[in-house]
Amino acid sequence: MNIKTIDSTDSLVIAGKSYGSRLLTGTGKYKDLDETRRASLAAGAQIVTAAIRRVNLGQDPNAPNLLDALPPHEFTLLPNTAGCYNAVDAVRTCKLARELLDGHQLVKLEVLGDERTLFPDVVETLKAAEQLVADGFEVMVYTSDDPILARKLEQIGCVAVMPLAAPIGSGQGIQNKYNLMEIIENAKVPVIVDAGVGTASDAAIAMELGCDGVLMNTAIAGAKDPVLMAHAMKLAVEAGRAAFRAGRIPRKRFASASSPIDGTIG
Amino acid sequence: MHITLNGHPHDCGQGSTVSQLLLAAGYAGRRVAVEVNHEIVPRSQHDGHALHEGDQVEIVHAIGGG
Repeated sequence: MNIKTIDSTDSLVIAGKSYGSRLLTGTGKYKDLDETRRASLAAGAQIVTAAIRRVNLGQDPNAPNLLDALPPHEFTLLPNTAGCYNAVDAVRTCKLARELLDGHQLVKLEVLGDERTLFPDVVETLKAAEQLVADGFEVMVYTSDDPILARKLEQIGCVAVMPLAAPIGSGQGIQNKYNLMEIIENAKVPVIVDAGVGTASDAAIAMELGCDGVLMNTAIAGAKDPVLMAHAMKLAVEAGRAAFRAGRIPRKRFASASSPIDGTIG
Repeated sequence: MHITLNGHPHDCGQGSTVSQLLLAAGYAGRRVAVEVNHEIVPRSQHDGHALHEGDQVEIVHAIGGG
């Protein structure tokens, strides 16, 4: 059996579109657009997030922008609603993104609750999700790790549920294995860990739990060598996915010899 | 004519269109999206959409974000 064949059958399907990469990357906090591009490529990311912001009037309108560095024909852009604290602003932002990207429907919905935790405001998130789905958007939704809420968001029609594993940008790693496992077992849409990963082993753990993908930004952009960390994350997501599919051995309390007992000398 | 552009007071010619505003701001032909009074103005309507006194206009683009 050929490894390539195995992998090619294992794609991430979001809103009917297949992706070979299960690592989704953010594009914030990089030194410059060149580093953003190099890290995105090293991560093997096919889906990259973008923020929608007012243009800076008075600054050079012809300065290179994100869409020059990561053109939509090369990457699937995932505009987010970062910075929105209510459903009204989140829905407005998605509509602006759709106009900006020529009718593009795939969005990352995040409605934040407060600046200290950056936890989602789940009431506003549900409200915004309902409106966006009704308006034809394909909504990938950042949410808390509450399995009941994840189920409701799926029922509303979100195309992916994206629970946090720890607070955004905290790098604490996977702090909620049991909640994530519960969400994964119940979900029929992809479950993508969004937020909390600090290093490669965290990404591998998320994938070993059975997550369909991992979305990260700070863990890569904030590393001393972002491009190298992007590469590490790519390997970790692939390794974690392969380990999940391979099926790990059960944990046991006692040792179990690897070599046969029969035929030993003496 | 006074409008609010990206949250700041802005002067533009009486009856200016969205296209004229974008041209004056240097964003003609750039990848931006425009909202007037919380409603999207599609690119195809920039030429024909006349602005009015007191309009709230947003011009946005995509930047890096997680």
